[in-house]
Amino acid sequence: MASHYEAPIRKPLVLGDKGYHDVTEDIAAPVEGKANKHWWIVFSIALTAFLWGLGSIIYTISTGIGTWGLNKTVGWAWDITNFVWWVGIGHAGTLISAVLLLFRQKWRMAVNRSAEAMTIFSVVQAGLFPIIHMGRPWLAYWVVPIPNQFGSLWVNFNSPLLWDVFAISTYLSVSLVFWWTGLLPDFAMIRDRAVKPFQKKIYSLVSFGWTGRAKDWQRFEEVSLVLAGLATPLVLSVHTIVSFDFATSVIPGWHTTIFPPYFVAGAIFSGFAMVNTLLIIMRKVSNLEAYITIQHIELMNIVIMITGSIVGCAYITELFVAWYSGVEYEQYAFLNRATGPYAWAYWSMMTCNVFSPQFMWFKKLRTSIMFSFFISIVVNIGMWFERFVIIVTSLHRDYLPSSWTMFSPTFVDIGIFVGTIGFFFVLFLLYARTFPVIAQAEVKTILKSSGEKYKKLREAGKPLYEMPKAAAKIVQSTKKDQ
Amino acid sequence: MASKVVQAFYNDDDILLLAVKKVKEAKYHIEEVYTPFPVHGLDKAMGLAPTRIAIAAFIYGLIGLSVAIVMMNFIMIQDWPQDIGGKPSFSYLENMPAFVPIMFELTVFFAAHLMVITFYMRSKLWPFKKAENPDVRSTDDHFVMEILAGDHESDIIELLSETGAVEIKSEEK
Repeated sequence: MASHYEAPIRKPLVLGDKGYHDVTEDIAAPVEGKANKHWWIVFSIALTAFLWGLGSIIYTISTGIGTWGLNKTVGWAWDITNFVWWVGIGHAGTLISAVLLLFRQKWRMAVNRSAEAMTIFSVVQAGLFPIIHMGRPWLAYWVVPIPNQFGSLWVNFNSPLLWDVFAISTYLSVSLVFWWTGLLPDFAMIRDRAVKPFQKKIYSLVSFGWTGRAKDWQRFEEVSLVLAGLATPLVLSVHTIVSFDFATSVIPGWHTTIFPPYFVAGAIFSGFAMVNTLLIIMRKVSNLEAYITIQHIELMNIVIMITGSIVGCAYITELFVAWYSGVEYEQYAFLNRATGPYAWAYWSMMTCNVFSPQFMWFKKLRTSIMFSFFISIVVNIGMWFERFVIIVTSLHRDYLPSSWTMFSPTFVDIGIFVGTIGFFFVLFLLYARTFPVIAQAEVKTILKSSGEKYKKLREAGKPLYEMPKAAAKIVQSTKKDQ
Repeated sequence: MASKVVQAFYNDDDILLLAVKKVKEAKYHIEEVYTPFPVHGLDKAMGLAPTRIAIAAFIYGLIGLSVAIVMMNFIMIQDWPQDIGGKPSFSYLENMPAFVPIMFELTVFFAAHLMVITFYMRSKLWPFKKAENPDVRSTDDHFVMEILAGDHESDIIELLSETGAVEIKSEEK
């Protein structure tokens, strides 16, 4: 088939002698098998962290925001830092599933499912922070424009914080349906293999009765394409709007027009780092090295390198514009970042985000699993510091020197942050055991063009399929139980 | 008795495509084809009409945009105009720049969700829906073509046995 042709120079995306049935077997194996000891150990640690975080959240809500390290000068600190950090991490999932779909990048097939799962789980963590920061989370529905008894008092549609409400909820819900629609055929595959009645029931329920008719597939592909087309501007809009939370205020260091692209690049940067962190472990634990290959990790490292350089460019532009603007306050805000009491945070950010991804110029380093894993962690730390630097250093030295102060987190701040990391890993670990972690139906579509088995056949000049030699088995059945 | 069907099982998408073309040439009616993954060119080979779901999504997007405009015009301009930051709410057009983000978000929200709901309804997908694929192998590595038999059951079986099928089944439906 002409549609299966791919230039021989392209490396195979599915390694080994894999046919369609092998793909099914390999993707179903982690779901059908039992968890090993390591899974339980990591799960217990994550669950403990999550429970600690839950305790800290309960303490915050029952006692008040005073349990945090905030003061009258620094009124936003770890909560918003964590919010932006988690939303940013989420961006890679949509980028892989939507943008790479539009660009017809076949390597996305192996990583999109997990990247989208990561998106959803991290946006859940992000959403927690503004809600608990409200202090009275049971009134969170006040952000929704509903007719009310407060003298017709509506939400303010001029406020970027309200834009955030709409952006994040649209993003979370659209990502969820995108993810679930893609999951239907794969859940159906597990359903049709299930032998235990309970498993069969659960997977029948979640696969929504997926049947795989030609018309369903035609619609499925169109829906995926349109959703990708919608999700692409959506993902750019989400972090743009998150950056408006800062950029539309008149605080030196925040009031910056470069924020939207700078935040979006940073989000993709941190998100790809998190995808690398998760998948480098998952490919090993779930025996998926034939699908998530070194080439996949290398490609993600290249994205990390490029977006890291864009972020570095944005940092330097920011400094230049602060100087060039001639505004004393703006200049001070940036001078204070680089040389003031938070210089350690600023230079950690610079080292982690601008310096460390440059190692990826070397092929040897970007194809090294251990090094990629190390850099992915470094980048995540760096991106957390970026948000901390933007938020806290811009606030801690006010216009009035008498209110200058420092921020130090309490154990509750730390507890909630660690708790969300725990919650994230609890969700991801459960996902890795119960969901088809690779979009197997999509991988099967690229098997003949990009699978090692078929590439070898093509190189040898052999046909990609063989007509069955045995005559067809003819089965007569008259019963119909449906 | 018009409800007798013949099902041919294939283990390769290319063989399936050739078979579909052959059956089409013989002018038999292909009732349905079940595949484990989207086979490119299958809808054209079967003669399926293109889906109009993208057009539906476009219309849903326009509805979302209108909802956003009507809602914010009512809330910010008509019902309770306020002077926020020295920028009074005189008219929608003047305040529009601040409303662009939500106009965009609601367009996407409506287009995406209503399109997916339409897809689920049209393809009969929802929780507790029973799957209707004829064989469990059709979500794994087998491709099933279902042909309405009518009075030509044996002719069809003969034709199909030359198309590289691994199994042929005739069944009452």
